[in-house]
This record gives sequence, structure tokens and C-alpha cells, in this order.
Amino acid sequence: MNELQKRYPEDVAAILKKYPPEFRRSAIMPLLYLAQRQDGHVSGRSVTDIAELTGLSTTDVTSVVGFYTLFHAEAGGRYRIQVCTDLPCALRGADDFLALLQKELGISVGETTPDGMFTIEEVKCLAACHRAPMFQVQGDGDITYHEHQTVESAMQVLKGLRQQAQKSGKEAA
Amino acid sequence: MSQYLLLRHRELPDLDKLSGYRAQGGFETFKKAVNDMSPAEVLTTVKESGLRGRGGAGFPTGLKWGFIPNNLWPHYVVANADESEPGTFKDREILENNSFQFLEGLMLASFAIQANVAYIYLRGEYWQLAKQLDRQIAELEEAGLLGKDLFGSDYSLNLYTHLGAGAYICGEETALLESIEGKLGQPRLRPPFPAVAGLYGKPTVINNVETLANVPLIIANGAAWYRSFGTEKSPGTKVFSLSGNVVNPGNYELPLGTTFRELIYTHGGGIPHGRKIKAIMAAGASSTIIPASEEALDTPMDYEEPQARFNAPLGSASVIVMDETVNMAWLVSKTVNFFKHESCGKCTPCREGTFWMNRISHRLVSGNGSSADIDLLDHVAHQIQGKCLCALGEFSTMAVISGVEHFRPDFETLVGN
Amino acid sequence: MTMKMVTLRIDEHTVEVPAGTRVVDAAKKVGVDIPVFCYHPKLESVGMCRMCLVEIGRPVVDRASGKVVLEADGSPKIQMAPKLETACTTPVSDGMLVVTTSEKVAAARREVVEFILTSHPLDCPICDKGGECPLQNLTMAYGSGTSRFIFDEKMRSAKHVPLGELIYLDRERCIQCGRCVRFQHEVVDDPVLDFYQRGRALEIITRSEPGFDSVFSGNTTDICPVGALTTADFRFGARPWEMKPAASICAQCPVGCNIVYDVRREAKSSGKPVIKRVMPRQNESVNEVWICDKGRFVHHYNESAERLTQPLMRVDGELTPVSWQQALETAAAKLKEAGKGLVTLAGGRLSNEDLFNLRELTRAQGGTTLLHTHMGGGEWTRQLGLNQGSNLGSLGNGDAIVVIASDLHQEAPLWWLRVKQAAQRGATLIVLNARPTRLDAYAAHALRYQPGEAAQAVAGLMGNHKTPAAFQTAREALAGAANLVVFFGSDGLGLTGTRALAQTCADLLMQSGHYGRPNNGLVGVWQHSNDQGAWEMGYAPAADLVGSLKKAKVALLAAADPVGDEPALAKALAGADFVIVQEMFLTASAEKADLVLPVAAIPEREGSLTSGERRAQRFYPAVPAPDGVRPDYTIAAQLGQRLGLELEGRAAGLVFLRLAQSEPAFAGLSYQALSTAEEQWPIVGRRDLYFGGTTYDNNQGMGTHLQPVLKAGERPAAVAAALDTELMDAGDNLLVLPHTRLFDQGSLVRFSRLLVERVATAELRLNPATAKHFGLAEGVAASLNLNGADASVIVRMDDALPPGAAWLPRRVGVPLWAPAAAQVKVMERD
Ligand SMILES: Cc1cc2nc3c(=O)[nH]c(=O)nc-3n(C[C@H](O)[C@H](O)[C@H](O)COP(=O)(O)O)c2cc1C
Ligand code: SF4
Ligand code: FES
Repeated sequence: MNELQKRYPEDVAAILKKYPPEFRRSAIMPLLYLAQRQDGHVSGRSVTDIAELTGLSTTDVTSVVGFYTLFHAEAGGRYRIQVCTDLPCALRGADDFLALLQKELGISVGETTPDGMFTIEEVKCLAACHRAPMFQVQGDGDITYHEHQTVESAMQVLKGLRQQAQKSGKEAA
Repeated sequence: MSQYLLLRHRELPDLDKLSGYRAQGGFETFKKAVNDMSPAEVLTTVKESGLRGRGGAGFPTGLKWGFIPNNLWPHYVVANADESEPGTFKDREILENNSFQFLEGLMLASFAIQANVAYIYLRGEYWQLAKQLDRQIAELEEAGLLGKDLFGSDYSLNLYTHLGAGAYICGEETALLESIEGKLGQPRLRPPFPAVAGLYGKPTVINNVETLANVPLIIANGAAWYRSFGTEKSPGTKVFSLSGNVVNPGNYELPLGTTFRELIYTHGGGIPHGRKIKAIMAAGASSTIIPASEEALDTPMDYEEPQARFNAPLGSASVIVMDETVNMAWLVSKTVNFFKHESCGKCTPCREGTFWMNRISHRLVSGNGSSADIDLLDHVAHQIQGKCLCALGEFSTMAVISGVEHFRPDFETLVGN
Repeated sequence: MTMKMVTLRIDEHTVEVPAGTRVVDAAKKVGVDIPVFCYHPKLESVGMCRMCLVEIGRPVVDRASGKVVLEADGSPKIQMAPKLETACTTPVSDGMLVVTTSEKVAAARREVVEFILTSHPLDCPICDKGGECPLQNLTMAYGSGTSRFIFDEKMRSAKHVPLGELIYLDRERCIQCGRCVRFQHEVVDDPVLDFYQRGRALEIITRSEPGFDSVFSGNTTDICPVGALTTADFRFGARPWEMKPAASICAQCPVGCNIVYDVRREAKSSGKPVIKRVMPRQNESVNEVWICDKGRFVHHYNESAERLTQPLMRVDGELTPVSWQQALETAAAKLKEAGKGLVTLAGGRLSNEDLFNLRELTRAQGGTTLLHTHMGGGEWTRQLGLNQGSNLGSLGNGDAIVVIASDLHQEAPLWWLRVKQAAQRGATLIVLNARPTRLDAYAAHALRYQPGEAAQAVAGLMGNHKTPAAFQTAREALAGAANLVVFFGSDGLGLTGTRALAQTCADLLMQSGHYGRPNNGLVGVWQHSNDQGAWEMGYAPAADLVGSLKKAKVALLAAADPVGDEPALAKALAGADFVIVQEMFLTASAEKADLVLPVAAIPEREGSLTSGERRAQRFYPAVPAPDGVRPDYTIAAQLGQRLGLELEGRAAGLVFLRLAQSEPAFAGLSYQALSTAEEQWPIVGRRDLYFGGTTYDNNQGMGTHLQPVLKAGERPAAVAAALDTELMDAGDNLLVLPHTRLFDQGSLVRFSRLLVERVATAELRLNPATAKHFGLAEGVAASLNLNGADASVIVRMDDALPPGAAWLPRRVGVPLWAPAAAQVKVMERD
């Protein structure tokens, strides 16, 4: 049984509708995002489901996961804090911002907070160069930008996310 | 100056709402085109306007549309909203605040080549924008501006968004097509060009968001009107993304041919903390670094001059400004690291060359390099040139070669004596 | 079809090639080696590695007049392109000038090689590819003596990554050329390898279960231009230059792939040469440059310690070693006694020479020759089979191929590949089977029939039998075919069913006149490599083998194990006065025999085989035979001598000449004719730069087709077989249909340790609805009462199978050769 299709029948149908029927393969990226909605990474089970939906091999689906940085084969924190340290941001203090943020959270880039809530990642230009320092948050099937940041404002954002997670956790329970 | 063609939302109210956009005559042009114009007329007007692609290469837009053969069907239009060049954030503002104008441009392009389906490829990080566009497309369908047999004609059009997922290379048009087709974003061989064998092997026009956003006004006001902006060879206005060490970073819409000086000092407010300007990059990380001489500052920003004077293409017109405190070797290590991260890995010189340059520049910046490393870095960059499958490999060498050429002392400080 | 030709200059050569040819191939034609990594003549060009950069100039054309501008000396003015171009992707054009010898080109080669080496471990001394590695060769030619890349900064990655049990990946050596990935996607359509990550982190992965799940996997190790992919069988086994190649023919299926045994003397075999690996040998009319994994990895049987090396005779109820002299004398005496009571049962594994001598021997006694097979129809393939000039590789647009009752992918992988490719070139492929198979995906018409109704389906194709509308469309597609090749197999059928099927297929071909000329005719997807040869010599299966064996006074079994195959045959054989078995191993039949004569394996002797396409091909000795074994043809000749017959036993080539004199189909053929080699295009395997991988050149012969038995228009000899069909309805019992799997539990596969995991087991596959009806569930063990014996199987659900029957592989320990009705019981767990 295709779990993905079972869980999100309408989304799957809407995605497949975008592309000519003989090019179902095109649906792979939107389907991978869908697969990440639930737990933030693409599970082996989802790979099989997507392979079935697109007529690809599981190897080919995995290959796509590996190429694109917004797809994650491994579980990380619930929210991925993706700080841009590319040249324009760096000219406006992004490297220092990231260093302080790591210190504040007590983890380094690539690591996850012990409560499983946040993973810090360093990313390339996000087209917000004029509002550096900035980061985006990937999690809960969404991506949001946070610009003109200081470490203090960033910690506020994270606090908000933590509350959001607790709230949705309670609702689910 | 100040007439806005692209950033009209800055002066017109509610342009981000369908009603607001329509209040300014929005979609009347598209309606007129479908009802009263032939596709060829639309194409000719664009051709005559001299509009050039805003995605980086500055290729004449009308000429590109004209390449689409009429014996191969269906045709597709793809809007390039991948906007991933470091320092570039202009398409984002258009999409956030003036998206209907862009959509109308996309619709006119589709009509001009008689495409019934068009895709908007957005970088994955434009997640919120994709959601917004999806809503707006639904509104247009509801309003009868998209869909089957528009305005009683036999022309039908549907638009879809497609999100990338974090890969700069997908801005390269053939990699972008691969990505829509669900493959790795690796560039294709050319020829065949997308105009002949593009999306799903079918004739395809690919245009940048900003390019398309120009089209409704061109069709509405005519080619001559459009040519009243900018220069002879580079007509129109351009949104310049200004970033780095300036007082007021941001987007500035100015006629092509405006000087760096005007952008940086008049509009950008100059360099903060009373520092001196040291260098300029005009095309994001892919730039040739221009030492900020008086001559440089007085160079008009169009598709000819910076190229002719400094071998520095205007590209996407993402102007990054560096003040005197910036060590150019450090800067080069940043750009090299970017390209190493973004190389798709398909061709050897780019895959291995960016990796190698990254090792060397990292060594230099961390203080473990020697002056031989400076030459080696320069040498490897030259060795990449002329051998790659797509332009990314070439881009990766621009800052390195110009950086070593103009700012060798910055590199030497890092290796001591 | 006339091909537009293009003339161009490459360095000092002028060459004419068909339009569309890539510069790199045009250069190859005149002996100019342009180095490549990602390019392979059998794959789409991608221009990734940039190794093949050359300077290209084109004639300057005057815009106004459209004429080529001339130099003062009257030669066309050439404009050189500013940038180097990839020779592997650039098509030739008229008047083009290609320069490969300039300093600019040499510099580019040096520089690209340097780039590749920055990430490549310099471990040639321990690399399996060392000695036949394009990168090594190019490094010698263009590499610099010292590295500018700091060794400590090299990427380190895993060196021994098993992609499955068969193939290992060394990630450090991989140069990301993508040949393996493209081979798996484009050529064999098993997309189980792909890239992961990007940039310098790109690496090859597989996610299939089992890993690298493809019966063609070994080919990637040939085309990998470095030592990144190696076979578990060969890695660390030997150095290429230590080995001697011996040309041979793969004897695992009726395709007859051309191969090479690479042989080396081994201390552990007391200095005797042993087979280290099996490599493809190019034959564009048979296997191109590929072989399947069975052919590549199954070779271990001949070194088995279980080989028989001494004649054995039953003395006081025990098989006891005896001398050859004693064995032959006893056998000869028994044959003489038997007279007409001699029944020779031969397997299709035997060579043409073996079969010929055995036939002569048997005929001289007035005995009967039988072919041990579950498939009939050879009387038709003999008359309507393929002839000189046939090449599946030339079928395409306008031609048609019918494949009926065969899972070609499992039964004859290279035919599957070539039929698929013909379909991709535009040939109309019609696949008929009672169940879906992997060929359906490429078929213009994939048609289903009720289990057992294969012959009726073909009759339906001719309009002689009521069939669904889809058949009508397929019939129309067939009507206009320029050429038509029909493959028939035994999927879900037994002897009677296949015979009826062959006859109907023959009718189809005769009705449309598709025979007697190249690329037209009937091909049997036989179980053994030389079944076709046996049919050509008049061998045929017994309609009632039990009856025939029961009546035998003396049974001579060669390469046949009826006892192991079928309990009923064991009983029948027990009735024979004397049983002689010629075998490599002590098979179940040998254990029951009165006399066992040990024989040489194919790599240990000379001979020839006739492929299913009626192509006779030679094989050569690769390794010495163990002391004490003899080739089957020699044994038959030596028996003949003792019976006063003049059988040739000195050399296989001499036997073949006799065969050629005696059998019209072989008329005019000789070993010389079989060993003629023609230049193959594309050139892939020259021993210089391994342009197309380590596939061997073919210098030892492409083989040749047998003579046509019928010319176009001639009617075949009538064959009086009724269109009787097999069991199609099992009543209250379960209808169980046999099918063939590539890795079965046949006598040879079991010696290849590596293949064990891929070997088919006794799995009964059936539609869930059918399963439910019989009270079966996924994964349960069940007992089948089949043909009077009990067998245990594991039940597997398969939605893709039509309801009403179950499928079980042949040769997995259950005696099932034809459709059978079975009582099923779920086994109690204890
Ligand atoms: C490495 C690379 C990245 C690119 N990124 C973008 C991009 O993010 N957005 C864009 O519009 N064009 C980008 N381009 C240019 C496109 O390939 C293409 O030329 C452009 O979309 C054409 O549109 P235009 O004619 O309207 O400029 C990139 C090109 C290269 C080689
Ligand atoms: S130049 Fe770089 S990005 Fe372009 S194809 Fe080559 S490896 Fe890929
Ligand atoms: S790029 Fe031509 S062989 Fe690889």
C-alpha cells in the first residue's frame, strides 16, 4: 500500500496533475517535499512510495534526494536553522552571527540540540543579502525567512518555534 | 530618474492584489493580445523593443522567442525564478510585490509562442512565494484569465509552479529543465538548444522573471516607448541588487547605463563608517572583481561597457561593494567555496577544479599557504577555463583570476613576508 | 536506405563516414585515438569528462553567395573554433578539419588528466584494472611526473563497497564518468545504479534489493574505465598481463555469446592453468560486447573437486573405479548386445561433434537417438530457422518480432536485450504470454492468452482463431512487416504444448512468406546451448520418454540426467538392462548407472555449438582437462572403434568435417569457416586504449550460419502433429505452470558460490484471488502433490499474475516440466 498516497491523497493528485501523464517523473521533487512534511526527512518507506508513484527505481529517487540540499536523507532536528554565510551576508557580519548562535545553542553546524528541536546548518545565498544577517527555518513542511537578525532576535524566533512545536504536539496528543 | 517599470508597487497601491493590479489596467494587455493581436505581432513588438534577458546573459528576448520552430509541438514557456546568484534578490521583490505583472508577462510570452502550458521554476527557498503564486494562479483561473478557450478564443493557457530544492546550478536553463523533468540538476549538452529540444524534448522558451515582467508594459506602450529608457544597445530599466558594504543595500530600478557611482553613492548612500570603497562585483559571485577606481565608478552599467573596460560582464546586475577592510583573498575563498558547493559534478574541470581551488584558498586563508599557492590557485583557475560543459565552471574562475591579478598583496599578507 | 556520407579531415587523414557519426568514431576509423572516459560507442554521448577535447575548424561560407570561401591555393578557407570542442559529442560535417596533435590539444589532455588525478588514488600496483586501464595509459602519456595536488588534501572515501554480492565499488577510484549509470539505464533498463550527492562528492549508489539487481551487472566492470568497479569473482585474482585469453562460446543458453576465458597458472592448482575470469568477445551479430552474469560467473564448475575423473562400473552393486580400457570394452559389448534396443538420450549441452558421433554410433546399432528436453518444435526451427545474413542488430523500423511463451529476460538475456533494442529502433514487437514479462514494456502489442492456449493465440494472430480485438490490431501490424522473426519458448508449456506452438508459429511464417531469407524465421528459446544443433542432426525428444526408456535394453545417457529430473523417469530407467552415463559429475542418473564415463568440460576441449539462431560457433581449449576425462565425441569414437565403426575421434575439427559431409545444413562448413573474423563496428576493444572497455576483439571467428533447409517459397516437409494442447484446466486442483529462471538449481550453477543468493527457489507464485481459493497465504509453506510426488513450496502472492493458475520455476527441486494439476496442502508448522 502506498502510505504517501494514503496520507495525502489530494496533494498527490494535485501534484501529478501538474505534469503530462507520460512524464510522471516530474512529480518527484514535489512528492519529496510532501514526504518530508511529516518528519523532516525522506524515509526509506517514502522513497519506495515515490518510486511507485513516479515509475522510477528506488535508486533513482534516492539519487534526487542526494543532489538537492533541501532534501534530507537523514533525520535532523524538527527545525533546521539554515544560516546564510555567503559572501554578501558575510560582508554584513553573518559569520560572526553564526558563531554566536552556535555558542548560544551549544551546538556546532551540523549538530542537533539534545531535545531534537534544532539543527544548525550553514547555507549559501538565500537572496536576502540586503537584510543580513538572516536565516531560514525548514521544518513542519514549511520554509520561512527571518531577516535583519541579531542573536537575541534569533533566540526569540527559536523560542517561538519551540512553543509552536509543543502546541502542535499537544494537539496531536 | 524615477519612473518605475518593474517595481511599480513602490508607488502604486495594492498592486499585489488582483483587484489592485487590474485597477491599473492589469491583464488588459493580455486580453488585447489574445483577442486582437496575432502571436507574431506580440513577438515583433518585443523584438523591436530591444529587451534583453535579465537572467545574466543579456540575450535579446524577441530573438530567442523567434527561434521556436512551428513544426514541433507542443511549446513550453518556463520562467526562471531560481535566483540563486549570491547578491541577487531582485526577482524576489518582483514576485513578492508585483507578481501579477510578471504573470501577465509570462502569459504574453506563452501566447507569443502559442504555448498552452508554462512552468515557473522557483528556488526551493521561495517556498512562501510559490504558495502565494499558486493562490494567485487560482485567482486568475477563477477570473477567467487563465484556462481553456480564453476570452472566447481558442487559446488556452495553464500555469504551474515547480519548486527547486537548493541547487544554484538549476538556474542554468538546461539544468533547470532537467530538474523539472525530475532529474538531477545537471546541465545538458547544447546543441540542441531548448528552443528546439527543451522541456520534455519540446521547443521551450526560458526567461528570467524580470525579463518577463517587462513584457506587459512593452506591449501596452510600444517598442519606441520602451527604448526611451536605457541605452541604444541596452534599452530599458534594470533592477540592480545592491549589497555588501553600503549604507542602504537593496533593490534599485534604474535605466541601464546608470553609473556605478550613481547606484552606490546617490542611491545606496555610499560606504558606511566613512570607509573607502575598494572593489566592486557587478554580477554576484560570478563577477570579475573591479578595483574601485574613479574610472570604474564612472562606468555605465549596461551589457557593453563593464565588459569592454574590465572584462566584467554585468550578468544579473547584482552589485556587491567591498570597502577597504575587506581582504580579497578572503573574498575569493568565499566565492570559490560557493562554486565548489554548487558544482553539479558532471564535468571534470569544474568538479575537480573548484574542489582543488577550494583546498588552496582555504589553505591560504587559514594561514597555511605559501606564495606558490597563490600562483597555483591562479593556474588552476586558468586550467578550468574553456573546458567546462556549462558556464558555472567558468564563473568560478572569474573572481580568482581578477582577484589575484588586482589584489595580489592581499593574498601575500596571508602567507607572511 | 542510402546513408548520406560526409567527408572530413582529421590531422593528416581524409575520411568518409555516415552523417551523424561523432568525430571520435570517425577518428577511430583512421586509427587516430582520441582519448575518452565518459564516451562509449554503445552509450549516448554526454561530453562530461572533457578528455576528448580537440580543435575543430569548419569551412567559411560566404553569407551572400552561400559558397565556401577559398584560400589563394584554391583550398577551402577553414575557420578554427575559438574553444576546444568535445570529439565525443560533435557530429562530423562536410569539410570539417579536426586537429588532435596540436600543443593546445596536448595541453588540454594534460590538464584534464591532472584534474582527474587530483582525486584519484595512485594505487595502480594493487588495482585490478592496472594493465588495462585507460586512465593509467593516459597518465603515462600525458600525466606529469609530480603532483601539484597536496597528497594530504586528497578526498578519502571507502574502497571496498559491495554494491551487491557480485560487484564491488572503490569510491576513491571512481572518476564519475557515469558509464555504469548510463549502461544500466540506457542499455539494459535496470536503473539500479545512480549518482548520489553532487560536485566532488558525487558517488555511485544502488538501492535495489538485492544490491545491484541486474543480470547484466558484470558488464559495468568491463566498461568502467578505471578500477572502480570490479567483480567479487575476479578482484585481486590476477593481473591482466599474467593471463592468457582463450576464445570460447558461452554454453549457458541458446544465444551462444562469444566469450574469452582468461587463464592463469595457479600455485594452488599445482601450477595448472585455471580460469580466472570470463570476458565478452565482440560479435555484433550475437552479443555485441556484452554477456550476462550467468555466463560471467558460472564458470567454477570445471574446477570442482566433485568432478568425475575415472570410469566407474557397478561391481557387486557398488560403483567401482575401472580402467578406461575395461570400461570401453564393457560398454561396447553392451551396445552390441543391445542392437535396436539401444536408446541414446543426449542433452543439448553436448557439442555438435559429440552429438554427431553419438548419433553415428547409435544408428549403426539400429538404436534410437533422443534429445532430453521439455521442448518440442525443432523440426520447424530446422526448416524455418534463421539463415546467413541474419542479425537481430539489423532489425528496426518496418520489421516485426513476435515473442511467444517466453520470458526472454530470464531464459536468454542477450536475446532479450537485442529484441528490446530492435523494438527501440522501431521494430514492431508483439509479446504474447499467459503472464506479464519484462519484455512487455517495449512491446507495441503485449497480448495475454489463457494458460496453455499459446498455439491458439498464434492462430488468433493469423485470424484462424477467435481472439480479443487487441489481436486484430497486432495482426494488422504484422501484415506489412518487411522482416519477421518469431521466438517461441516454453513459458507455462511442456513438450506437447511447445510442439503445437512451434507448428502454429511455422504456419504463421509460411502464410506470410517470412522465411528462407535473412532476418526471417523461427527461433526456439531452448533450454540448452546446443539443442538446435541436436535438432539439426535429427535428434528429437520422445513423445513418451518413460515408455522409450522402459523399452530400452541399453540406455546411453550423455549430458542428460533423467533420474534427477523426474521420479517417473527413474522408475523407467530401472527397467533397462544396462545404463551407461557420460557425465562430469555423479548425477542422480550416474548414481543409478551401471557404467559411468567421465567427460571433459567445454573449456577443456575443442568443439562447436549451434546457437538458437542457427549459428555454428567454435570454442577452443582454455584449460587442460583433468587426467582421466575424455570429450564425449572421443568416447563415442572409441566405442565405435570397438564395434568396427569408422568414427573420427582424433580431433573435433575432423569430426566436424564428417558432419559437414553428412548433414546438408552443415554442408560446406569447416572450422576454418567458423574462425573467420570480420572487422566489427563500432571498434571497441582494441588492446591499446580500451576505448570501449575490456571486451575482447574477435580474432578467433564470428561463426557462421547453417545452410538454409528451405528457400523462400519452398514448402516444408509436412509434419504430422495434431494441434493437441496441454492441460489447461486442473478441475478442482491447482493448475501449476512451469517457467524458466536464469539462475536455476541446474547442475552447474551450484558450484558458483557467488550466485547462490540469486538462485531461484521453489516459490509458487499466484494471484491473491487464486491463493485465497486454495486457502493459501503469502509466505506459507505448502505441499504440492504433483505427478504423483510430493514437493514443498513457499507461496508468494503476485498481483500481476492472472488468476486461475500458479507459476513455479523449473529446476528448483520440484519435478515440473509441463503444466500439471496439483493438490495443495498448507503444511503444519511443528
Ligand atoms: C550557473 C548558472 C546559473 C544561472 N542562474 C540563473 C538564475 O538564477 N536565474 C536566471 O534567471 N538565470 C540564471 N542563469 C541564466 C539562465 O541560464 C538563462 O540564461 C536565463 O534564464 C535566460 O533568461 P533571460 O534570457 O530572460 O535572461 C544562470 C546561468 C548559469 C550558467
Ligand atoms: S561546469 Fe560545473 S556545473 Fe557546469 S556542468 Fe560542469 S560540473 Fe556541472
Ligand atoms: S567528454 Fe568526450 S569522452 Fe568524455
